[in-house]
Amino acid sequence: MTLNRRSFLGTSLALGAALSATPLIGQARPRVVIVGGGAGGATAARYIAKDSQGAIDVTLIEPTRTYYTCFFSNLYIGGFRDLASIGHSYGKLASDYGINVVHDWAVGVDRDTKTVTTAGGHAFAYDKLIVAPGIDFVEGSVPGWDISAQNRMPHSWKAGSQTQLLKAQIEAMPEGGVFCMIAPPDPFRCPPGPYERISMVAHVLRERNPTAKILIVDPKASFSKQALFEEGWQKYYPGMIQRIGPDFGGSNFSVNPETMEVDIDGQVETVDVCNVIPAQKAGRIAELAGLTGDNGYCPIVPATMQSRMDEDIHVLGDAAIAGDMPKSGFSANSHAKVAAMQVRAALTGSNAFPAKYSNTCWSLIDTDDGVKVGASYAPTDEMIAKVDGFISQTGEDADLRKLTYEESLGWYAGIAADMFG
Amino acid sequence: MREALFLGLALALSGVGQAHSQTRAEAIGDAGRGAEIWVFCSGCHQIGPEAEIGIGPPLNGIFGRRAGAISDFPYSRSMTRMGRGGLTWTLETLDAYIENPRVLVSGTRMSFDGLEDPRERADLLAFLRDFSDRPSNIPEAAPTARADLPMLSEETLAIVGDMAYGEYLSSECTTCHQRDGSDQGIPSIVLWPQRDFVLAMHAYKQKLRPHPVMQMMAGRLSDEEIAALAAYFGSLTP
Repeated sequence: MTLNRRSFLGTSLALGAALSATPLIGQARPRVVIVGGGAGGATAARYIAKDSQGAIDVTLIEPTRTYYTCFFSNLYIGGFRDLASIGHSYGKLASDYGINVVHDWAVGVDRDTKTVTTAGGHAFAYDKLIVAPGIDFVEGSVPGWDISAQNRMPHSWKAGSQTQLLKAQIEAMPEGGVFCMIAPPDPFRCPPGPYERISMVAHVLRERNPTAKILIVDPKASFSKQALFEEGWQKYYPGMIQRIGPDFGGSNFSVNPETMEVDIDGQVETVDVCNVIPAQKAGRIAELAGLTGDNGYCPIVPATMQSRMDEDIHVLGDAAIAGDMPKSGFSANSHAKVAAMQVRAALTGSNAFPAKYSNTCWSLIDTDDGVKVGASYAPTDEMIAKVDGFISQTGEDADLRKLTYEESLGWYAGIAADMFG
Repeated sequence: MREALFLGLALALSGVGQAHSQTRAEAIGDAGRGAEIWVFCSGCHQIGPEAEIGIGPPLNGIFGRRAGAISDFPYSRSMTRMGRGGLTWTLETLDAYIENPRVLVSGTRMSFDGLEDPRERADLLAFLRDFSDRPSNIPEAAPTARADLPMLSEETLAIVGDMAYGEYLSSECTTCHQRDGSDQGIPSIVLWPQRDFVLAMHAYKQKLRPHPVMQMMAGRLSDEEIAALAAYFGSLTP
């Protein structure tokens, strides 16, 4: 089956190149199908619909009716946001932009007939497909854990009920209990995310359960914004947080969800909450569509976000191998704008300008203490490469940190409007 | 000449709605004349690199500072309470305070009857602002930071921006800045006069304005791209 598809690929690529050069005028409107309604998919849908002004038929396939953003879900855990404030519906994308929003799971992509099929039994034909499914977990990456254990040991790395569950577990911890996080190996969604989460958990425990302890089991030698987080932890949560890196066995662990035991390099700890964030890969549909490479993510053409496997498919966000860009909502939103422009240019002959990419990630360490890191990027032939960047400094004054936090609130409102209208 | 430049900058720097920034720009006066008025303050207050606590608190960095925030200074209970309640020194609050200190902070220990003439207050505030540079890298937060206008040729300023290109480029801005002109935490960038928009972006590009995200974003925009963005955002109706 796979062999057949591969052998067929060469011809379909060549054919596709010949066909897609001609805008599809005189036929029914060209069709774009987008799989995944997050920061990549929702943004792409909105920009294609908005900028083509009805000339393109846009279908967005997303299983959830209310989308909870992963970004800011840590702030919900910390008590700085309520869950409703990070939930978004697709109503405006349907009503104001004319997007056909389908709440269903995409379960297959037939690249030869250019059709997406869904769990609900529907098929959607496309001229251009955008795949933005986010991440899935690498099975077996945390020995002892699989997805069936997610209620005992939540990952909470896709926001919504998992985030609610983790928050409830933290709040129900016994006095002086232990919160453990199994941190993921690179590359994963939201590089500063685990450490912002630790900050938020510490913030909650300091108020509710100040003798509780936090244990991070981390296979990585270093992590995003490390100096900033460690400075903050020392300042706000002294003695509460212990991180076990690979030098001390942090890459040699297993868990037992039944007994709530964590084995770290042969030493067994019984913990009260265990947040398991497994190793990650592109969302499953990307793999089913044959778009993934050796490391489980999707290689792309840096200038256009087109899949290296199929020029009629663009892959956005966490699922893509975006070179120097981190896997973040901001990055996905940035990818989406480049892809939207390319898709419109291919289907309606509109202008395609050179790609520009950027990212900024804000993190909250404690009340009114926000930090950020960001960079701009440009495509080379091989990869999306960093051009310029910045990071918050240790020792910044409190006014600046507060403004950085307030800036992050402004950004959230901005990107939410940019995604959902 | 200096004043004219300063007004332009104040317009460009302001992070709040356009109507608001106009009043701000007009409220800022002549720092030179303000220095002459300062002699009425300098009996009690010090300002500048050597400033220390005197009879009154030092006034470096007053813009953006909480009222009653110098930890070693014995403020009146009234001033301390106002600070805790959220009073922060901005152009508006300082203007009101200098006009009649006891109207704003009833129990203040500052024995000063106030400056009635709005022009004189504006001049004094312009003088004080020269000594305020905090918060260090968010000029949009309040009129606190001083920067010089970028060196731009008339040709650069005269470039007519391509709206369609500006619309595409704008998508990079709207990840943070909202098209409807909302300005919570992130400044509004719609409906700016095009010249001010161009000046502000070049000021970031030349690293005269200090915000790191904006320096990075503006740093890779060409003159044509900045003009295109100015044209596009100037045309939006919020």
